[in-house]
Amino acid sequence: MKHEIVEKNVGLLAVLILVVISFGGLAEVVPLFFQKQTTEPVDGLRPLSALELEGRDIYRREGCVGCHSQMIRPFRAETERYGHYSVAGESVYDHNFLWGSKRTGPDLARVGGRYSDDWHRAHMYNPRDVVPESIMPAYPWLFERTLDGSDTPRKMEVLRTLGVPYSDEEIANATREVRGQQEITALIAYLQQLGTVLEGTR
Amino acid sequence: MNNLWGDSLSGFWSAWIIVITLGSIGFAFWLLYANRKTDKTPDAEGNVETTGHAADGIEEYDNPLPRWWFQLYVGTVIFSLGYLVLYPGLGNFAGVLGWTQEGQWEEEVARAEERFTPIFAQYQEIPIPELARDAEAMQVAERIYLNNCAVCHGSNAQGGYGFPNLTDDDWLYGGEPEQILTSLIRGRNGLMPSWQQLGEQNIENVTQHVLALSDLEHDAERAERGAATFASVCAACHMPDGTGNQALGAPNLTNDIWLYQAPGQSVADSVRQTLRNGRNGHMPAQAAYIGEERVHLVAAYVYSLRFRD
Repeated sequence: MKHEIVEKNVGLLAVLILVVISFGGLAEVVPLFFQKQTTEPVDGLRPLSALELEGRDIYRREGCVGCHSQMIRPFRAETERYGHYSVAGESVYDHNFLWGSKRTGPDLARVGGRYSDDWHRAHMYNPRDVVPESIMPAYPWLFERTLDGSDTPRKMEVLRTLGVPYSDEEIANATREVRGQQEITALIAYLQQLGTVLEGTR
Repeated sequence: MNNLWGDSLSGFWSAWIIVITLGSIGFAFWLLYANRKTDKTPDAEGNVETTGHAADGIEEYDNPLPRWWFQLYVGTVIFSLGYLVLYPGLGNFAGVLGWTQEGQWEEEVARAEERFTPIFAQYQEIPIPELARDAEAMQVAERIYLNNCAVCHGSNAQGGYGFPNLTDDDWLYGGEPEQILTSLIRGRNGLMPSWQQLGEQNIENVTQHVLALSDLEHDAERAERGAATFASVCAACHMPDGTGNQALGAPNLTNDIWLYQAPGQSVADSVRQTLRNGRNGHMPAQAAYIGEERVHLVAAYVYSLRFRD
Protein backbone atom coordinates (compact mmCIF):
# COMPACT_ATOMS: atom_id res chain seq x y z
CA MET A 1 0.00 0.00 0.00
CA LYS A 2 0.91 3.64 -0.29
CA HIS A 3 1.74 3.74 3.43
CA GLU A 4 4.99 2.19 2.52
CA ILE A 5 6.13 5.24 0.57
CA VAL A 6 5.63 7.48 3.62
CA GLU A 7 6.94 4.99 6.11
CA LYS A 8 10.15 4.34 4.23
CA ASN A 9 11.03 8.01 3.51
CA VAL A 10 11.87 9.73 6.77
CA GLY A 11 12.20 13.12 5.09
CA LEU A 12 8.76 12.86 3.52
CA LEU A 13 7.32 11.62 6.81
CA ALA A 14 8.77 14.64 8.62
CA VAL A 15 7.37 17.07 6.06
CA LEU A 16 3.90 15.50 6.22
CA ILE A 17 3.95 15.57 10.04
CA LEU A 18 4.80 19.28 9.93
CA VAL A 19 1.95 19.90 7.48
CA VAL A 20 -0.52 18.09 9.73
CA ILE A 21 0.46 19.81 12.96
CA SER A 22 0.59 23.24 11.33
CA PHE A 23 -3.18 23.19 10.72
CA GLY A 24 -3.95 24.16 14.29
CA GLY A 25 -1.60 27.14 14.15
CA LEU A 26 -2.82 28.19 10.73
CA ALA A 27 -6.41 28.32 11.91
CA GLU A 28 -5.90 29.62 15.46
CA VAL A 29 -2.77 31.77 15.40
CA VAL A 30 -2.18 33.20 11.93
CA PRO A 31 -5.49 35.14 11.66
CA LEU A 32 -4.61 36.97 14.92
CA PHE A 33 -1.64 38.61 13.21
CA PHE A 34 -4.16 40.53 11.14
CA GLN A 35 -6.67 41.49 13.81
CA LYS A 36 -6.80 44.91 15.45
CA GLN A 37 -7.71 43.26 18.74
CA THR A 38 -4.25 41.77 19.03
CA THR A 39 -2.12 44.25 17.09
CA GLU A 40 -3.37 47.64 18.30
CA PRO A 41 -2.64 49.01 21.79
CA VAL A 42 -5.50 49.79 24.15
CA ASP A 43 -6.14 53.52 24.69
CA GLY A 44 -3.44 55.10 26.80
CA LEU A 45 -0.86 52.35 26.47
CA ARG A 46 2.65 53.79 26.40
CA PRO A 47 5.99 52.06 25.91
CA LEU A 48 8.00 51.35 29.06
CA SER A 49 10.35 54.13 30.14
CA ALA A 50 14.08 53.37 30.10
CA LEU A 51 14.08 52.62 33.83
CA GLU A 52 10.96 50.42 33.61
CA LEU A 53 12.47 48.59 30.66
CA GLU A 54 15.61 47.80 32.69
CA GLY A 55 13.30 46.69 35.51
CA ARG A 56 11.57 44.36 33.11
CA ASP A 57 14.91 42.84 32.16
CA ILE A 58 15.67 42.26 35.85
CA TYR A 59 12.23 40.66 36.17
CA ARG A 60 13.24 38.30 33.37
CA ARG A 61 16.74 37.71 34.69
CA GLU A 62 15.52 36.74 38.15
CA GLY A 63 12.94 34.41 36.66
CA CYS A 64 9.92 36.08 38.26
CA VAL A 65 7.80 34.74 35.40
CA GLY A 66 8.43 31.21 36.65
CA CYS A 67 6.21 31.80 39.70
CA HIS A 68 4.10 34.83 38.78
CA SER A 69 1.73 35.00 35.84
CA GLN A 70 0.65 38.28 34.23
CA MET A 71 -2.66 37.12 32.86
CA ILE A 72 -5.99 37.65 34.60
CA ARG A 73 -8.58 35.35 33.13
CA PRO A 74 -12.23 36.38 32.79
CA PHE A 75 -13.49 34.52 35.86
CA ARG A 76 -15.06 36.31 38.78
CA ALA A 77 -12.71 34.64 41.25
CA GLU A 78 -9.80 36.26 39.43
CA THR A 79 -11.30 39.65 38.64
CA GLU A 80 -12.35 40.04 42.31
CA ARG A 81 -8.83 39.45 43.48
CA TYR A 82 -6.70 40.97 40.74
CA GLY A 83 -8.94 43.42 38.87
CA HIS A 84 -10.13 43.66 35.28
CA TYR A 85 -9.29 40.65 33.14
CA SER A 86 -6.27 41.06 30.85
CA VAL A 87 -6.80 41.97 27.20
CA ALA A 88 -4.51 41.47 24.23
CA GLY A 89 -4.18 45.20 23.52
CA GLU A 90 -2.31 45.68 26.79
CA SER A 91 0.52 43.43 25.64
CA VAL A 92 1.25 44.76 22.15
CA TYR A 93 4.51 46.44 23.27
CA ASP A 94 5.70 43.36 25.14
CA HIS A 95 8.55 41.49 23.48
CA ASN A 96 8.59 38.77 24.68
CA PHE A 97 5.34 38.25 26.55
CA LEU A 98 5.63 37.58 30.28
CA TRP A 99 2.16 36.12 30.69
CA GLY A 100 3.57 33.03 32.36
CA SER A 101 1.64 29.88 33.03
CA LYS A 102 2.41 29.09 36.67
CA ARG A 103 1.14 30.74 39.82
CA THR A 104 3.26 29.78 42.77
CA GLY A 105 2.83 33.41 43.79
CA PRO A 106 -0.05 35.70 42.88
CA ASP A 107 -0.74 37.10 39.43
CA LEU A 108 1.03 40.42 38.84
CA ALA A 109 -0.83 41.68 35.76
CA ARG A 110 -2.32 44.58 37.78
CA VAL A 111 0.03 44.86 40.73
CA GLY A 112 0.90 48.45 39.74
CA GLY A 113 -0.11 50.94 42.44
CA ARG A 114 -1.44 48.25 44.69
CA TYR A 115 1.38 48.49 47.24
CA SER A 116 3.75 51.31 48.10
CA ASP A 117 7.33 51.45 46.82
CA ASP A 118 8.47 51.03 50.42
CA TRP A 119 6.46 47.85 50.70
CA HIS A 120 8.02 46.44 47.54
CA ARG A 121 11.50 47.26 48.86
CA ALA A 122 10.84 45.59 52.19
CA HIS A 123 9.21 42.65 50.46
CA MET A 124 11.97 42.07 47.92
CA TYR A 125 14.70 42.42 50.55
CA ASN A 126 13.11 39.72 52.64
CA PRO A 127 9.53 38.66 51.88
CA ARG A 128 9.11 37.19 55.38
CA ASP A 129 9.45 40.64 56.92
CA VAL A 130 6.05 41.65 55.56
CA VAL A 131 4.35 38.33 54.75
CA PRO A 132 5.47 35.83 57.43
CA GLU A 133 4.15 32.76 55.59
CA SER A 134 5.68 33.72 52.23
CA ILE A 135 7.86 31.20 50.38
CA MET A 136 9.22 33.74 47.92
CA PRO A 137 13.02 33.95 47.76
CA ALA A 138 14.74 37.12 48.97
CA TYR A 139 16.56 39.31 46.45
CA PRO A 140 19.03 41.34 48.54
CA TRP A 141 21.53 41.73 45.71
CA LEU A 142 19.11 44.00 43.85
CA PHE A 143 19.90 46.60 46.53
CA GLU A 144 23.66 46.37 46.03
CA ARG A 145 23.89 46.37 42.27
CA THR A 146 23.41 49.44 40.14
CA LEU A 147 22.67 49.86 36.46
CA ASP A 148 25.10 51.48 34.07
CA GLY A 149 22.60 51.93 31.26
CA SER A 150 25.10 51.47 28.46
CA ASP A 151 22.92 48.87 26.73
CA THR A 152 19.61 50.59 27.33
CA PRO A 153 19.49 52.66 24.10
CA ARG A 154 20.35 49.59 22.04
CA LYS A 155 17.53 47.62 23.68
CA MET A 156 15.12 50.43 22.90
CA GLU A 157 16.28 50.58 19.28
CA VAL A 158 15.68 46.86 18.88
CA LEU A 159 12.23 47.21 20.38
CA ARG A 160 11.55 50.07 17.99
CA THR A 161 12.27 47.82 15.03
CA LEU A 162 9.67 45.46 16.52
CA GLY A 163 7.07 48.24 16.54
CA VAL A 164 7.40 49.87 19.97
CA PRO A 165 7.11 53.63 19.33
CA TYR A 166 10.17 55.02 21.13
CA SER A 167 11.18 58.52 20.09
CA ASP A 168 14.78 59.43 19.27
CA GLU A 169 14.75 61.68 22.31
CA GLU A 170 13.72 58.88 24.66
CA ILE A 171 16.49 56.69 23.30
CA ALA A 172 19.05 59.48 23.57
CA ASN A 173 18.15 60.12 27.22
CA ALA A 174 17.89 56.47 28.20
CA THR A 175 21.39 56.00 29.57
CA ARG A 176 21.17 59.17 31.66
CA GLU A 177 17.83 58.11 33.11
CA VAL A 178 19.10 54.71 34.13
CA ARG A 179 22.77 55.16 35.09
CA GLY A 180 23.54 54.71 38.76
CA GLN A 181 20.04 53.58 39.75
CA GLN A 182 19.74 50.58 42.06
CA GLU A 183 18.37 47.51 40.34
CA ILE A 184 15.56 47.36 42.90
CA THR A 185 14.45 50.86 41.87
CA ALA A 186 14.17 49.77 38.25
CA LEU A 187 12.29 46.60 39.15
CA ILE A 188 9.81 48.51 41.30
CA ALA A 189 9.32 51.11 38.56
CA TYR A 190 8.42 48.24 36.24
CA LEU A 191 6.06 46.62 38.75
CA GLN A 192 4.31 49.88 39.62
CA GLN A 193 3.13 50.45 36.03
CA LEU A 194 1.86 46.91 35.46
CA GLY A 195 -1.77 46.86 34.39
CA THR A 196 -2.45 50.50 35.22
CA VAL A 197 -3.71 51.40 31.74
CA LEU A 198 -7.16 49.88 32.09
CA GLU A 199 -9.20 51.99 34.52
CA GLY A 200 -12.07 50.72 36.56
CA THR A 201 -10.81 47.45 37.92
CA ARG A 202 -14.22 46.94 39.47
CA MET B 1 -13.60 51.69 27.24
CA ASN B 2 -12.96 50.42 23.77
CA ASN B 3 -14.21 47.07 22.61
CA LEU B 4 -11.83 44.83 24.51
CA TRP B 5 -12.79 41.65 22.75
CA GLY B 6 -11.93 43.30 19.52
CA ASP B 7 -13.10 43.41 15.99
CA SER B 8 -14.64 40.58 14.03
CA LEU B 9 -12.53 38.85 11.42
CA SER B 10 -12.47 39.96 7.83
CA GLY B 11 -14.35 37.76 5.38
CA PHE B 12 -11.13 36.26 4.11
CA TRP B 13 -9.82 35.17 7.51
CA SER B 14 -13.20 33.95 8.57
CA ALA B 15 -13.36 31.75 5.46
CA TRP B 16 -9.73 30.70 6.04
CA ILE B 17 -10.56 29.39 9.50
CA ILE B 18 -13.75 27.67 8.36
CA VAL B 19 -11.98 25.93 5.46
CA ILE B 20 -9.05 24.73 7.58
CA THR B 21 -11.23 23.60 10.47
CA LEU B 22 -13.80 21.72 8.45
CA GLY B 23 -11.11 20.49 6.04
CA SER B 24 -9.09 19.05 8.93
CA ILE B 25 -12.08 17.28 10.37
CA GLY B 26 -13.03 15.94 6.95
CA PHE B 27 -9.47 14.84 6.24
CA ALA B 28 -9.10 13.06 9.57
CA PHE B 29 -12.39 11.31 9.04
CA TRP B 30 -11.50 10.28 5.50
CA LEU B 31 -8.12 8.97 6.63
CA LEU B 32 -9.73 6.81 9.24
CA TYR B 33 -12.55 5.67 7.03
CA ALA B 34 -10.13 4.70 4.26
CA ASN B 35 -8.21 2.54 6.75
CA ARG B 36 -11.17 0.89 8.43
CA LYS B 37 -10.76 -2.34 6.46
CA THR B 38 -7.80 -4.41 5.47
CA ASP B 39 -7.24 -5.33 1.87
CA LYS B 40 -5.86 -8.67 2.97
CA THR B 41 -8.77 -11.08 3.14
CA PRO B 42 -8.42 -14.60 4.59
CA ASP B 43 -8.21 -17.45 2.11
CA ALA B 44 -10.40 -20.61 2.22
CA GLU B 45 -8.49 -22.08 5.16
CA GLY B 46 -8.62 -18.89 7.13
CA ASN B 47 -4.97 -18.04 6.60
CA VAL B 48 -4.32 -14.34 6.34
CA GLU B 49 -1.65 -12.84 4.23
CA THR B 50 0.63 -10.76 6.46
CA THR B 51 2.23 -7.44 5.58
CA GLY B 52 5.39 -9.27 4.79
CA HIS B 53 7.27 -7.60 7.67
CA ALA B 54 9.10 -10.21 9.71
CA ALA B 55 11.43 -9.90 12.67
CA ASP B 56 12.91 -12.97 14.34
CA GLY B 57 10.22 -15.05 12.71
CA ILE B 58 7.37 -12.92 13.99
CA GLU B 59 5.20 -11.65 11.19
CA GLU B 60 2.99 -8.57 11.19
CA TYR B 61 -0.70 -8.85 10.41
CA ASP B 62 -2.56 -6.11 8.61
CA ASN B 63 -5.73 -6.17 10.70
CA PRO B 64 -8.36 -3.43 10.61
CA LEU B 65 -8.81 -1.05 13.55
CA PRO B 66 -10.91 -2.50 16.37
CA ARG B 67 -14.53 -1.62 15.86
CA TRP B 68 -15.00 0.04 19.29
CA TRP B 69 -11.99 2.27 18.61
CA PHE B 70 -13.27 3.21 15.19
CA GLN B 71 -16.69 4.08 16.61
CA LEU B 72 -15.16 6.12 19.39
CA TYR B 73 -13.28 8.09 16.78
CA VAL B 74 -16.42 8.68 14.74
CA GLY B 75 -17.94 9.90 18.02
CA THR B 76 -15.24 12.55 18.41
CA VAL B 77 -15.89 13.78 14.88
CA ILE B 78 -19.60 14.09 15.60
CA PHE B 79 -18.83 15.85 18.89
CA SER B 80 -16.56 18.37 17.17
CA LEU B 81 -19.22 19.18 14.58
CA GLY B 82 -21.83 19.58 17.32
CA TYR B 83 -19.47 21.85 19.25
CA LEU B 84 -18.87 24.01 16.19
CA VAL B 85 -22.61 24.42 15.72
CA LEU B 86 -23.24 25.41 19.35
CA TYR B 87 -20.15 27.45 20.21
CA PRO B 88 -18.05 30.04 18.37
CA GLY B 89 -15.30 28.33 16.41
CA LEU B 90 -15.99 28.71 12.74
CA GLY B 91 -14.66 32.17 11.88
CA ASN B 92 -17.29 34.81 12.52
CA PHE B 93 -20.07 32.32 13.15
CA ALA B 94 -21.01 32.93 16.80
CA GLY B 95 -22.62 29.55 17.43
CA VAL B 96 -26.33 29.02 18.01
CA LEU B 97 -25.99 29.33 21.82
CA GLY B 98 -24.53 32.83 21.47
CA TRP B 99 -21.94 32.00 24.15
CA THR B 100 -19.05 34.40 24.75
CA GLN B 101 -16.26 34.38 27.29
CA GLU B 102 -17.17 37.91 28.34
CA GLY B 103 -20.85 37.01 28.62
CA GLN B 104 -20.07 34.10 30.90
CA TRP B 105 -17.98 36.36 33.13
CA GLU B 106 -20.68 39.02 33.24
CA GLU B 107 -23.27 36.44 34.18
CA GLU B 108 -21.05 35.13 36.95
CA VAL B 109 -20.47 38.64 38.29
CA ALA B 110 -24.16 39.52 38.08
CA ARG B 111 -25.09 36.40 40.04
CA ALA B 112 -22.60 37.29 42.77
CA GLU B 113 -23.75 40.93 42.87
CA GLU B 114 -27.32 39.81 43.32
CA ARG B 115 -26.29 37.72 46.28
CA PHE B 116 -23.85 40.05 48.02
CA THR B 117 -25.02 43.57 47.20
CA PRO B 118 -27.97 43.56 49.65
CA ILE B 119 -25.68 42.41 52.46
CA PHE B 120 -23.15 45.17 51.89
CA ALA B 121 -25.89 47.75 51.28
CA GLN B 122 -27.33 46.88 54.68
CA TYR B 123 -23.95 47.38 56.37
CA GLN B 124 -23.37 50.59 54.44
CA GLU B 125 -26.31 52.22 56.23
CA ILE B 126 -25.02 51.48 59.71
CA PRO B 127 -22.72 54.20 61.12
CA ILE B 128 -19.15 53.02 61.58
CA PRO B 129 -18.98 53.16 65.43
CA GLU B 130 -22.12 51.04 65.62
CA LEU B 131 -21.06 48.66 62.87
CA ALA B 132 -17.77 48.13 64.70
CA ARG B 133 -19.74 46.47 67.53
CA ASP B 134 -21.58 44.09 65.18
CA ALA B 135 -19.79 40.76 65.61
CA GLU B 136 -21.09 39.24 62.38
CA ALA B 137 -20.19 42.26 60.30
CA MET B 138 -16.73 42.28 61.85
CA GLN B 139 -16.21 38.68 60.78
CA VAL B 140 -16.88 39.67 57.20
CA ALA B 141 -14.72 42.76 57.63
CA GLU B 142 -11.84 40.79 59.05
CA ARG B 143 -11.74 38.65 55.89
CA ILE B 144 -11.57 41.74 53.72
CA TYR B 145 -8.90 43.20 56.00
CA LEU B 146 -6.79 40.04 55.86
CA ASN B 147 -7.02 39.82 52.09
CA ASN B 148 -6.24 43.44 51.33
CA CYS B 149 -4.63 45.21 54.27
CA ALA B 150 -2.66 42.60 56.17
CA VAL B 151 0.26 42.53 53.70
CA CYS B 152 1.36 45.91 55.05
CA HIS B 153 -0.37 46.38 58.41
CA GLY B 154 0.04 42.77 59.49
CA SER B 155 -2.58 40.13 60.23
CA ASN B 156 -2.72 41.43 63.82
CA ALA B 157 -2.96 45.04 62.55
CA GLN B 158 0.08 45.98 64.60
CA GLY B 159 1.98 47.18 61.55
CA GLY B 160 5.71 46.94 61.23
CA TYR B 161 8.74 48.95 60.28
CA GLY B 162 7.35 51.73 58.09
CA PHE B 163 3.76 50.48 58.32
CA PRO B 164 1.54 52.06 60.98
CA ASN B 165 0.14 50.11 63.90
CA LEU B 166 -3.66 50.33 63.78
CA THR B 167 -4.31 48.98 67.26
CA ASP B 168 -2.82 51.82 69.32
CA ASP B 169 -4.31 55.26 69.87
CA ASP B 170 -1.64 57.10 67.87
CA TRP B 171 -3.00 58.14 64.48
CA LEU B 172 -1.01 59.79 61.72
CA TYR B 173 -4.11 60.98 59.89
CA GLY B 174 -6.71 60.60 62.62
CA GLY B 175 -8.71 57.69 63.96
CA GLU B 176 -12.23 59.10 63.69
CA PRO B 177 -14.56 57.27 61.27
CA GLU B 178 -14.42 60.01 58.64
CA GLN B 179 -10.63 60.16 58.77
CA ILE B 180 -10.26 56.39 58.49
CA LEU B 181 -12.66 56.40 55.54
CA THR B 182 -10.65 59.11 53.79
CA SER B 183 -7.41 57.18 54.33
CA LEU B 184 -8.97 54.09 52.81
CA ILE B 185 -10.81 55.70 49.91
CA ARG B 186 -8.20 58.21 48.79
CA GLY B 187 -5.04 56.74 50.21
CA ARG B 188 -2.37 58.83 51.91
CA ASN B 189 0.93 60.28 50.84
CA GLY B 190 3.23 61.23 53.70
CA LEU B 191 6.16 63.42 52.80
CA MET B 192 8.93 64.31 55.20
CA PRO B 193 11.64 66.12 53.25
CA SER B 194 15.32 65.44 53.72
CA TRP B 195 17.04 68.03 55.95
CA GLN B 196 20.57 67.16 54.89
CA GLN B 197 21.15 70.86 54.18
CA LEU B 198 20.95 71.66 57.91
CA GLY B 199 24.34 70.02 58.33
CA GLU B 200 25.34 67.16 60.62
CA GLN B 201 25.70 69.34 63.73
CA ASN B 202 22.17 70.70 63.44
CA ILE B 203 20.76 67.28 62.62
CA GLU B 204 22.35 65.94 65.80
CA ASN B 205 20.95 68.84 67.83
CA VAL B 206 17.44 68.39 66.45
CA THR B 207 17.70 64.65 67.08
CA GLN B 208 18.50 65.29 70.75
CA HIS B 209 15.58 67.75 70.96
CA VAL B 210 13.20 65.15 69.47
CA LEU B 211 14.43 62.57 72.00
CA ALA B 212 13.74 65.13 74.74
CA LEU B 213 10.19 65.64 73.42
CA SER B 214 9.47 61.97 74.12
CA ASP B 215 11.27 62.07 77.49
CA LEU B 216 14.01 59.77 76.26
CA GLU B 217 17.63 59.92 77.32
CA HIS B 218 19.26 62.87 75.56
CA ASP B 219 22.09 65.37 75.59
CA ALA B 220 20.45 68.37 77.27
CA GLU B 221 22.87 70.92 75.87
CA ARG B 222 22.42 69.78 72.28
CA ALA B 223 18.65 69.46 72.76
CA GLU B 224 18.61 73.10 73.89
CA ARG B 225 20.40 74.16 70.72
CA GLY B 226 18.17 71.89 68.62
CA ALA B 227 15.04 73.56 70.01
CA ALA B 228 15.70 76.70 67.99
CA THR B 229 16.11 74.77 64.74
CA PHE B 230 13.04 72.72 65.57
CA ALA B 231 10.98 75.87 66.07
CA SER B 232 12.04 77.36 62.76
CA VAL B 233 12.09 74.23 60.59
CA CYS B 234 10.10 71.34 62.06
CA ALA B 235 7.32 73.11 63.94
CA ALA B 236 5.55 74.04 60.71
CA CYS B 237 4.33 70.45 60.37
CA HIS B 238 5.04 68.83 63.74
CA MET B 239 3.71 71.84 65.71
CA PRO B 240 5.83 73.86 68.16
CA ASP B 241 5.15 71.38 70.98
CA GLY B 242 5.92 68.41 68.67
CA THR B 243 2.45 66.87 68.92
CA GLY B 244 2.12 66.65 65.15
CA ASN B 245 -0.62 67.55 62.71
CA GLN B 246 -3.10 64.97 61.48
CA ALA B 247 -4.16 67.12 58.54
CA LEU B 248 -0.66 66.62 57.11
CA GLY B 249 0.07 63.21 58.56
CA ALA B 250 2.94 64.74 60.55
CA PRO B 251 3.47 62.34 63.43
CA ASN B 252 3.29 63.19 67.10
CA LEU B 253 6.89 63.20 68.36
CA THR B 254 6.04 63.29 72.06
CA ASN B 255 4.55 59.82 72.62
CA ASP B 256 7.62 57.63 72.03
CA ILE B 257 6.02 55.83 69.03
CA TRP B 258 8.42 55.56 66.11
CA LEU B 259 7.10 54.34 62.76
CA TYR B 260 10.55 54.10 61.19
CA GLN B 261 12.51 52.46 63.97
CA ALA B 262 13.99 49.43 62.24
CA PRO B 263 14.39 46.25 64.28
CA GLY B 264 17.51 46.64 66.41
CA GLN B 265 17.85 50.34 65.62
CA SER B 266 18.02 52.97 68.37
CA VAL B 267 15.44 55.76 68.36
CA ALA B 268 18.25 58.27 67.94
CA ASP B 269 19.56 56.51 64.82
CA SER B 270 16.08 56.28 63.38
CA VAL B 271 15.49 60.02 63.89
CA ARG B 272 18.89 60.88 62.40
CA GLN B 273 18.13 58.74 59.37
CA THR B 274 14.76 60.41 58.91
CA LEU B 275 16.29 63.88 59.15
CA ARG B 276 19.06 63.06 56.70
CA ASN B 277 17.05 61.21 54.06
CA GLY B 278 13.43 62.17 54.58
CA ARG B 279 10.53 59.71 54.48
CA ASN B 280 7.78 59.05 52.02
CA GLY B 281 5.06 56.85 53.45
CA HIS B 282 2.44 55.87 50.93
CA MET B 283 -0.91 54.22 51.54
CA PRO B 284 -2.50 53.20 48.22
CA ALA B 285 -6.13 54.21 47.71
CA GLN B 286 -8.34 51.18 48.20
CA ALA B 287 -11.73 52.22 46.84
CA ALA B 288 -10.75 51.26 43.29
CA TYR B 289 -9.74 47.79 44.42
CA ILE B 290 -12.43 46.75 46.87
CA GLY B 291 -15.25 49.25 46.26
CA GLU B 292 -16.84 51.70 48.68
CA GLU B 293 -19.16 49.21 50.38
CA ARG B 294 -16.26 47.05 51.47
CA VAL B 295 -14.24 50.12 52.39
CA HIS B 296 -17.03 51.03 54.81
CA LEU B 297 -16.76 47.62 56.45
CA VAL B 298 -12.97 47.74 56.66
CA ALA B 299 -13.14 51.23 58.18
CA ALA B 300 -15.43 49.81 60.85
CA TYR B 301 -12.98 46.96 61.40
CA VAL B 302 -10.09 49.38 61.88
CA TYR B 303 -12.30 51.42 64.22
CA SER B 304 -13.20 48.27 66.16
CA LEU B 305 -9.55 47.46 66.93
CA ARG B 306 -9.60 49.96 69.81
CA PHE B 307 -12.18 47.87 71.70
CA ARG B 308 -10.14 44.69 71.48
CA ASP B 309 -7.67 43.35 73.98
